[in-house]
Amino acid sequence: MSESTEPLKKTPLHEVEKELGGKMVDFGGWELPVQFSGILEEHEAVRTKVGVFDVSHMGEVTVKGPQALELLQRATCNDVAKLDQGRIHYNGLLYPNGGFVDDILIYQNTPEDFFVVVNASNTDKDFEWLQQSAKDLDVDVKNVSADYAQLAIQGPEAERVLQPMTDVALADIKYYRFANGTVDGAPAIVSRTGYTGEDGFEIYTAPEHAPRILRKLVAAGVKPCGLGARDTLRLEAKMALYGNDIDQTTTPIEADLGWIVKLDKGEFAGRDILAHEKAEGPKRKLVGFEMVDRGIARHGYPVVDGSEEIGVITSGTHSPTLKKAIGLAYLPLDKSAQGTEFMVLIRGKETRARVVPTPFYKRAK
Amino acid sequence: MATPEDNRYAKSHEYVHLEGNVATIGITDYAQKELGDVVFVELPQPGTVLDAGDELGSIESVKAVSELFSPMTGEVVEINEALADNPALVNTDPWGDGWMIRMRVSDPTEVDELMTAEEYDEYIEKESAH
Repeated sequence: MSESTEPLKKTPLHEVEKELGGKMVDFGGWELPVQFSGILEEHEAVRTKVGVFDVSHMGEVTVKGPQALELLQRATCNDVAKLDQGRIHYNGLLYPNGGFVDDILIYQNTPEDFFVVVNASNTDKDFEWLQQSAKDLDVDVKNVSADYAQLAIQGPEAERVLQPMTDVALADIKYYRFANGTVDGAPAIVSRTGYTGEDGFEIYTAPEHAPRILRKLVAAGVKPCGLGARDTLRLEAKMALYGNDIDQTTTPIEADLGWIVKLDKGEFAGRDILAHEKAEGPKRKLVGFEMVDRGIARHGYPVVDGSEEIGVITSGTHSPTLKKAIGLAYLPLDKSAQGTEFMVLIRGKETRARVVPTPFYKRAK
Repeated sequence: MATPEDNRYAKSHEYVHLEGNVATIGITDYAQKELGDVVFVELPQPGTVLDAGDELGSIESVKAVSELFSPMTGEVVEINEALADNPALVNTDPWGDGWMIRMRVSDPTEVDELMTAEEYDEYIEKESAH
């Protein structure tokens, strides 16, 4: 990333974020705030009150046409036919070897009209992959990322602060459902989704409206939050981060995402491999761990058994809610049971960690 | 927070407050802001002998880990035990209660090789510009 000479991309909220004291960093080619008041404070705000994140860098792709459903069924592992109008699900866009092209959200308007939300740095790749997979089908795939800014309003008070700004009856939107309406007068898609493990909404609207909406939310007491808190929040909730926990070399079964693999839905990319892994067990598995010894095991640190490298840490941080060091790691299947201790090399030093149940944090319903 | 003039500063953002031959060492206000919320500080045992430039320990913030380097040569005589329970002192009071180690230095004149407050301010201005 640092070698790139391309200028960093900016979201429509860039100027407001600088005004709000955002500390900007390079995130996969986008200039985004890593924090405003501080990661711990922002994290706490989302767990106990409400915070807002700029996620305008996320990509959006529309899939429309008589064979829209057929395309998505072929290219992904979850059962898209199960979606009905206004419903969303989490899904994996897969290569034929079962590895992730990306992890995505699919919004269904009609069986011939889907809205797909993808990871920022994968947008072009996903779009090309979908187009290529659509060659012999009657379907129109469009990259509409530039048409949308996206804000995530997350926390137990999200509904209360957002309701006065929208004509959508938020209480009627259940988890992983959405509605079309307006936010502060601007046409918007409003969904009850998020990446924090907390109740909340994500809104998609035209870029020119986003700065005004963000200012109003902040004026209403919503705490502006950056990528730092987004990462600690999603990790506590054990939500995968593409590029860290999953990528083209990992399958949904290895990543402990078996619940999005629907083998009975018909043929799809990677199905044979996933069926085999589901039946026989994968070679390795993504597990949650906490540190037994002091220290924080971070992305890329090796898991060792004597002189042998047997696994790798994919995410790790200090959990602000639990006040201990937590993370995710790929371990051999026979060493992945809860309670198993293993050694992580932290700057050359063997440090003990233990497999624990996940999610690390689950909100009270 | 103004950079205290009675300290000296290393390029790796540690400060040295020297009284006689005992140096109090911590990280600067600029460094703690760059790191963000500090959650864990790893320090050497008292009795450890370090050369200037040796790795002294590490600081974990929520965001990342960074290494600490000894700005001077000498023996660690005391570490700030309060940081074990309250590492956030590094953020709230870097110049005071957030200090990290006390070192008996072998050569107090070594401190002259470090930057003055004025030089350090210029240095961080350049560093934060890019």
